[in-house]
Amino acid sequence: MSDMTPNPDLAIRMSGVTKIFGPDPQGALALLRSGRSKSEVQSETNHVVGLDDVSLDIARGQIFVVMGLSGSGKSTLIRHVNRLIDPTAGEIVVEGTDVLKMSLPELRGFRRNTVAMVFQKFGLLPHRSVIDNVAYGLEVKGVPKAERLEKAAGWIETVGLAGYEQSRPRQLSGGQQQRVGLARALALDTDIILMDEAFSALDPLIRSGMQDQLIELQKSLGKTILFITHDFDEALKIADRIAVLKDGAVQQVGKPQDIVLKPANEHIEEFVREVNKARAIQVRTIMERGEFDPCDQSVPDTARCEDVLPLFAENQWVGVVNDSGRQIGRITAKQVIKALARYSASTMN
Amino acid sequence: MFPEIVDTRPLRRAVDDGLNWVVRHWGDGFEAAARPLLILLNAIEGLLVATPWWLIIAILVGGAWLATRNWRLPAIVLVAMLFLGIMSLWRDAMTTMALMISATLTAIVLAIPVGVWMSRSLKVRQIFTPVLDLMQTLPSFVYLIPTVMIFGPGKIPALIATIVYAAPPLVRLTDLGLRSVDPAVMEASRAFGTSARQRLFGVQIPLALPTILAGINQTTMMALAMVVIASMIGAGGLGYQVLQGIGRLEVSRGLFAGLGIVVLAIVFDRITQAFGKQLQSRIGLQEAR
Ligand SMILES: Nc1ncnc2c1ncn2[C@@H]1O[C@H](COP(=O)(O)OP(=O)(O)O)[C@@H](O)[C@H]1O
Ligand SMILES: [Mg+2]
Repeated sequence: MSDMTPNPDLAIRMSGVTKIFGPDPQGALALLRSGRSKSEVQSETNHVVGLDDVSLDIARGQIFVVMGLSGSGKSTLIRHVNRLIDPTAGEIVVEGTDVLKMSLPELRGFRRNTVAMVFQKFGLLPHRSVIDNVAYGLEVKGVPKAERLEKAAGWIETVGLAGYEQSRPRQLSGGQQQRVGLARALALDTDIILMDEAFSALDPLIRSGMQDQLIELQKSLGKTILFITHDFDEALKIADRIAVLKDGAVQQVGKPQDIVLKPANEHIEEFVREVNKARAIQVRTIMERGEFDPCDQSVPDTARCEDVLPLFAENQWVGVVNDSGRQIGRITAKQVIKALARYSASTMN
Repeated sequence: MFPEIVDTRPLRRAVDDGLNWVVRHWGDGFEAAARPLLILLNAIEGLLVATPWWLIIAILVGGAWLATRNWRLPAIVLVAMLFLGIMSLWRDAMTTMALMISATLTAIVLAIPVGVWMSRSLKVRQIFTPVLDLMQTLPSFVYLIPTVMIFGPGKIPALIATIVYAAPPLVRLTDLGLRSVDPAVMEASRAFGTSARQRLFGVQIPLALPTILAGINQTTMMALAMVVIASMIGAGGLGYQVLQGIGRLEVSRGLFAGLGIVVLAIVFDRITQAFGKQLQSRIGLQEAR
């Protein structure tokens, strides 16, 4: 993580981003820099620290999840990426371009072509039909009507809303409205998609389905997705990497299982305690490596304990195969149980 | 008695002299500038008078039906308009309607841009709010006198006075409507790289339309409220009949012309309100908030 070399694999890079809300952010920034905490700055100056020296490297083609409690600065963070909010200090580079140096027309072009966004409150245009909502970004870009409606219809089908093209957003359920929001962002075909608690307003069952769909979409389209959530389970399910935010500061960044198995501090441990560990632990890390007889059932090496547990009902061993389908090891129920027991015990005391 | 601290007579004289000077030197210029208003008013009045009575009734009844899809409002409108005809108030009603319509149209053209401007800048709003308050609270005779002095008695000062009185609610409601568009929708629009113009015409104005329409409704009502005063300076119409009734102590004349004004108010109020409601449910604002 050197600061000097621009990394071509990075989609988004934030360094030292600080955001202070209030009439004199620079004054409050000096206080913050002198070592005061968020609450001290707030009580002394009435300024709110939204983000405190946030640095993140987000690689291309992954789902990067920012996790934190309500008020921890998640929405503030994600709005810096497309500069809906200007930082008080710091640098934001997206796809190699410094977002803060963009002129207004450049910024508009950047929002039309490079980053699309999905909102917790959907932000659909109530006076437009579903298809016109999905085509909105293309319309803003100046894509001719026939072409944009055709593309929009395709995305509506992808998110499973075929038949609702002419409905108004208010006629749809929350889950359906969020599918419209997702299709609207996907229709722009940007490399980066920002999702601010996109699934938080949905019922658990619909939510789980949307998560699966998002993972599928990411796999097939290879987009970089910056996903915000306050739900650790959701983060574990969809994330390639997770950053945990508290009081506007990043507490830990890592792979889901790093966070679960090696929480950096008490705050994260608190989250981890509640979590379904079978979802966090990858079978790869606890399997027996080596050449074995091919097993009847096998799972990819990215599978989690959660995925293999049901297979033990019928099999003693489950094989683990790599990308090219070659078996690289095997796993038994005993190993899984041991791992779960070990990590549960270690976070109990 | 309050003691005389300073002699204000020079101040009063300066104001009077100033106005006289303006009338003498700029009067013609003002009149020329207001000519388009007169042309508009005369054109509308000419059109209304030339249109057969049954066609006007048909248009209003049709409008009422389109706005409500229900027989009640069209029936009310039909009875109301027949009342005007039967009481021999039709011609005067058309004159009053022309004044109201041209005042409303002019107010729309002036007030909506001002409302848009106010909605985008706190400073502009701080400047215009007291001006609007003044326009609504200053007794209309106060600005009627100078306008009559400048334009001479007739339709132009009547129209201007009506506009001054009727435009403020439309400005206010345009400003309010634009500012109360759901911020989540505005932010989403911004995130998609819209320009300020695209947001104004594509999001803000469509979503504020029901509120703006409520403003137009208010403006038509206030314009009708001015017709009696307007007729004192030569606007004619139903207001003139009311004045005559008072002058000649003919209670019936004043009463029926007065009812005629009420009837026009009901017709236009109900039709514009129904259109507003229809628009609101079409946009579905209740869910967007
Ligand atoms: N426009 C604003 N003005 C003042 N304070 C704000 C503003 N936006 C956010 N905040 C504050 O910044 C902090 C982080 O907010 P937010 O990013 O919305 O948190 P989250 O999305 O994690 O719930 C909160 O304390 C919030 O009150
Ligand atoms: Mg938030």
